[in-house]
Amino acid sequence: MKSVRFHASPVLAVKLPAWRSRVILCAIFVGFIALLVRAIWLQAFSVDFLQSQGEQRYARNVEMPATRGKITDRNGEVLASSVPAWAIWAEPEEVDVTPAQVAELAKLLDMPKAELARKLADPVRKFMYLKRQVSPDVANAVEQMDLAGIHRRKEYHREYPEGDLTAHVVGYTDVDDAGQEGIELAWQHALAGQNGSKRVIRNRRGQAIEDVASIRVPHDGSDLTLSIDSKVQYIAYTELKRAKEAMNAVAASIVVLDVRSGEVLALVNFPTYDPNERKKLSGEQLRNRAFTDTFEPGSVLKPFTIALALERGVVKPDTIVQTSPGRLTIGTATISDSHAHGPLTVEEIVKVSSNIGTAKVALRMEPQQMWEMFTAVGLGQAPKWGFPGARAGRVRPYKSWRPIEQATMSYGYGLSVSLIQIARAYTMFARDGEIIPLTFFKGAQRSGDVEAVKGVQVISPATAREMRHMLEMAAGPGGTAPKAQVVGYRVAGKTGTAHKLAKEGRGYDANRYVGSFVGFAPVSNPRIVVAVMIDEPSTGVYFGGDVAAPVFSAVVGATLRTLNIEPDSPIKSLVIPADGLKEAAL
Amino acid sequence: MNRVSVLCLALIVASALSLVSAQYRARQLFIDLETAKGVERKLDVEWRVLQLDQTNYSKHSLIESAAVRDLHMVPANAKRLRYLAVPTRVTSAPALPSALAPRDPVVP
Repeated sequence: MKSVRFHASPVLAVKLPAWRSRVILCAIFVGFIALLVRAIWLQAFSVDFLQSQGEQRYARNVEMPATRGKITDRNGEVLASSVPAWAIWAEPEEVDVTPAQVAELAKLLDMPKAELARKLADPVRKFMYLKRQVSPDVANAVEQMDLAGIHRRKEYHREYPEGDLTAHVVGYTDVDDAGQEGIELAWQHALAGQNGSKRVIRNRRGQAIEDVASIRVPHDGSDLTLSIDSKVQYIAYTELKRAKEAMNAVAASIVVLDVRSGEVLALVNFPTYDPNERKKLSGEQLRNRAFTDTFEPGSVLKPFTIALALERGVVKPDTIVQTSPGRLTIGTATISDSHAHGPLTVEEIVKVSSNIGTAKVALRMEPQQMWEMFTAVGLGQAPKWGFPGARAGRVRPYKSWRPIEQATMSYGYGLSVSLIQIARAYTMFARDGEIIPLTFFKGAQRSGDVEAVKGVQVISPATAREMRHMLEMAAGPGGTAPKAQVVGYRVAGKTGTAHKLAKEGRGYDANRYVGSFVGFAPVSNPRIVVAVMIDEPSTGVYFGGDVAAPVFSAVVGATLRTLNIEPDSPIKSLVIPADGLKEAAL
Repeated sequence: MNRVSVLCLALIVASALSLVSAQYRARQLFIDLETAKGVERKLDVEWRVLQLDQTNYSKHSLIESAAVRDLHMVPANAKRLRYLAVPTRVTSAPALPSALAPRDPVVP
């Protein structure tokens, strides 16, 4: 075939009318104008509408859940922690289920079929929780049933692995993760996380592909490390439980403090409860008695009167006070000792716990001085460490004290204290006259060394040493609490046996007692203060030296060994000498 | 002039394509990031549960009951304790007494 060159093509030679090309040109131009106008319209005038439409299709607000902080003991053992759980909820209007499905759901949720059917048929409500705090397995099973109108929502379930052991310290939260008791309530603001939310763009598969904006940054709750040592707590718990059951007591409490740092190592109350099983809880179980129950301390208060007298130079440890014949009448009232002791030195007054001796010493001082002493060691003042329900106790203003009241207050009647207050007050004797603030948090009051703890000097170190000596005698042979002794360690402390106030009317109940013991060990270098209170022991024995001192002894012995504190009692036979191996080899 | 236009056009096309691929990569990475965050949350939950388990299984009450019941141990009290005084100066290691010396392996 013969090719035709382009320029020679005969088609090109055809002449068309000139207007035709112009029309085409115009049409194309108009077309472009139209596109331009449309572009300007879309880009400039309908941008809001388009963007909102786009966002509706692709942008989503995403909740970013925050977790509540953990609570651990001083060794990092978890005392409270949150794990995910689900709430199953329904929109009754939308629900469309067969009776068989209702039965299956009822079985999964472990609730009566009739109750579930009634909830699902509710004509009024648009939102109805079917069950909360459901485990992930159950929630997944419900999800797989794929029922119309039944949904789930994420929430958290709080677990307390130590259960009733630390119940009063840690407390618990409700289903909405709000603290209700103990540390959970007191430090709610720190523990609670703050949920965040952000806006993201999702692709067609539902994956987030871009962050658009952060609406609220999520903050996880902070973890708290308590000063509680769960081993010491366990020791205190078992010993107190044993004693409470043996004495058939109404209630009992114990507090163990670290003398050097003011940290609370253990705090147990009976009756107690399991925070994981909170059905049918009574106020009796919930009360953190060491904080909330104030009682008349009785003789455990005597050392403060005596310390004040020594400090003011009113008496010396060997000053003799006549306590015969065991009764003393002040005004119209008479106070008495359990038996007559005759002339006693001040040291012996503490050792045998003479009411009359203490009262006579007290009456040589001004009421104001005694009031200042009690106030300085924290009695009658609300504790400042923010624990829920902590009570201040009662120390009346000194101006209204009559002499008989001054006398009875000197040995612990006519004022009231909580166990933790009296335990803290005893740190004054254990710490060379200094009283320090208490804390529930590990390391809160020190950075490395113990000397960093700021205390208030109440009595001189010399007086504190004299008091330690007297208190060691009180817990020794011939004292009121020989049962407080611990093999291997020197202990010091004071018993208290107080009548309880009568339930009706005035005065005291003759048969209801509070037996207590507060002391510290080892005496050569005190490390722990232990305060024990047994409320209404009912097996016939009720003296603090018989009911509370054995608990003190058992707890102190086991705790000091647990804390690896060297024995200071001169028991030679217990110590194998350093060159023992060599001797044995010879 | 023509050549410059063509070059510019090529550059524009190249940059447009690279924009598309960069956007794609950014989204892919973002998806990976989100997945990793999801895994982190899941692991965190798992860790919490494991920590709870650890505390549950190392409860003092559990240990004590196992020690007393299964191993027939008794709690140490001071009367049964023997304290070793730490030697102040370490001399040459003393010969072990026969009772403490390692026994010869028993050959059947």
